[in-house]
Amino acid sequence: MTDPTLPPSKPSDKGLDAHLVVHRDTFRLDIALAAAPGDVVALLGPNGAGKSTALRALAGLTPLSDGGLIRLDGTDLGRTPPEARPVGVVFQDYLLFPHLSALDNVAFGPRCQGVPKAAARELAAQWLERMGLAEHAAAKPRRLSGGQAQRVALARALATHPRLLLLDEPLAALDARTRLDVRSQLRRHLSDFEAVAVLVTHDPLDAMVLADRLVVVEHGRVVQEGTPSDIARHPRTDYIAQLVGLNLYRGAAEGHTVRLDTGPAITTTEDLSGPVFVAFPPSAVTLYRDRPTGSSARNLWRCEVAGLETHGDQIRADLTGELALAADLTTVAAAELDLHTGAPVWATVKAAQTHAYPA
Amino acid sequence: MTELDASDAAADTLTGGPRRRRVRTGGRPAGVPLPLLLPALVGLAFLLLPLLALLLRAPWRDLPNQLTSTAVWQALQLSLVCATAATGVSLVLGVPLAWLLARTDFPGRGFVRALVTLPLVLPPVVGGVALLLALGRNGVVGQWLDSWFGITLPFTTAGVVVAEAFVAMPFLVISVEGTLRAADPRYEEAAATLGASRFTAFRRVTLPLIAPGIAAGAVLAWARALGEFGATITFAGNFPGRTQTMPLAVYLALQNDPAAAIALSLVLLAVSIAVLAGLRDRWTAAPS
Repeated sequence: MTDPTLPPSKPSDKGLDAHLVVHRDTFRLDIALAAAPGDVVALLGPNGAGKSTALRALAGLTPLSDGGLIRLDGTDLGRTPPEARPVGVVFQDYLLFPHLSALDNVAFGPRCQGVPKAAARELAAQWLERMGLAEHAAAKPRRLSGGQAQRVALARALATHPRLLLLDEPLAALDARTRLDVRSQLRRHLSDFEAVAVLVTHDPLDAMVLADRLVVVEHGRVVQEGTPSDIARHPRTDYIAQLVGLNLYRGAAEGHTVRLDTGPAITTTEDLSGPVFVAFPPSAVTLYRDRPTGSSARNLWRCEVAGLETHGDQIRADLTGELALAADLTTVAAAELDLHTGAPVWATVKAAQTHAYPA
Repeated sequence: MTELDASDAAADTLTGGPRRRRVRTGGRPAGVPLPLLLPALVGLAFLLLPLLALLLRAPWRDLPNQLTSTAVWQALQLSLVCATAATGVSLVLGVPLAWLLARTDFPGRGFVRALVTLPLVLPPVVGGVALLLALGRNGVVGQWLDSWFGITLPFTTAGVVVAEAFVAMPFLVISVEGTLRAADPRYEEAAATLGASRFTAFRRVTLPLIAPGIAAGAVLAWARALGEFGATITFAGNFPGRTQTMPLAVYLALQNDPAAAIALSLVLLAVSIAVLAGLRDRWTAAPS
């Protein structure tokens, strides 16, 4: 065996240090992931980006391809079968064993680790108590609500004292109301958790509320990594920009002017040079039916309405033309402008509302 | 006010209209074409008539005497014991085999699966001959069983169990394999992440989940074993008290005591109906 390529992070004997490589047919997952004990890392990405494959590889349910590496607290787990890994998993639809009570579901892990039956059940009862589910201990999973089942699944995963906790779309199976409660409870439990937690989600809100650090995965690769606020302010791909609701462009800066790869230029307040990103929110865009004469905005583009949709109490206009962008405006403004698909408009953005940063 | 009334009336017509139309459609005779209806009815009669005849010609008055004779009881007892034992053997060997076919991937799995189902279509007499060649006193394996362990299977009660298991096990394997394929394998993955070995996951998670399928397969295998004739008579012979099961007794009685044959047949019919009743939710409910 040759030396495996190490991930760009510093090797550490505490926490997770992984280089997940999985080849399958035409798909290739290749991401480096490192986290210290106590960290909550979210893998964020669109469907099919490889997030779930990454999680399965960490759990040992999908074998690593050549070059892959998983080191947890200094121990190499790359070839360890799932049952021998100190890893707990909360599955997307929880996968609570339907024939066992909530208590026996939680006691299952400790029993497999050799804890005697009575002690395992005692341990499980404590976990359910901690999750506020003491009165549901005897209930079968089908009698539990979505939020309760989620907590039982979390208790079941934590009862084995994992050194790595994996959560696959932990809130996806819940309705909007339950989601709010469960999200804040989950955040509390995750911040109490002393080892590494990795969660997978396609929901930016879940990722930003639950995680200390986001790893954005697209097409099997890491496209951006950072704190939630950093990623929200400085998106580097269209996917993230859309998630956080920004118009994002890539271009070359020369002073206050950014010449976009697609042609037009954007004037910014930042003084930069070289490849940069420029971002601005849809609410910063002002639309005119006719070319504005007295406007001080130097960023003026001739566009055409490609689509309209309601977005909260606003209307979001999808524009094409000199510059493709999204613009938010009030219903009244949309009516006054007589906006409809195919309508020509002029779009302006004040330089002060744009934000440029090195690519 | 009048406007309101008028709109109410209009709404009535609107809601009442389709309802009336639906009633008319339902009232029309079902449009089953005669070329389908006629053979269907003949087929139904064909299936039911023999059973009806059995009930019509049954020596009801003499029945208590027939059924309390030692010969009948001996055959019935032997049948029940052997069918149950054969089902036990099928469970012990068949469930793991079904798991292997459903959950693992090995070269030639499709071929193995075809071999497992072969006894389903093989004439039972051929099965009996094959068993004799394999496990008979001079058989491929039988000669070693005889000389090393002193075990002789043909023409013994154990031989009846072997013959019945040979014919019945495929039913169980196919039923359990189907249930396993329908069961979500991710429960086994969840068990693995909780530290369960593959066998523990099978025992504590998979087995309880597929229990209904195993039960159905076992009942099916049991019913098949109970009615086994060809392989049994070929491999185990026809010795009253030792290898003469109910179907064999029925066949023998038909030669010299038809009334007894009918009585024995009624017992087997009753058992079959009981099995069907036990499985009614699973097998007789029309898929909808």
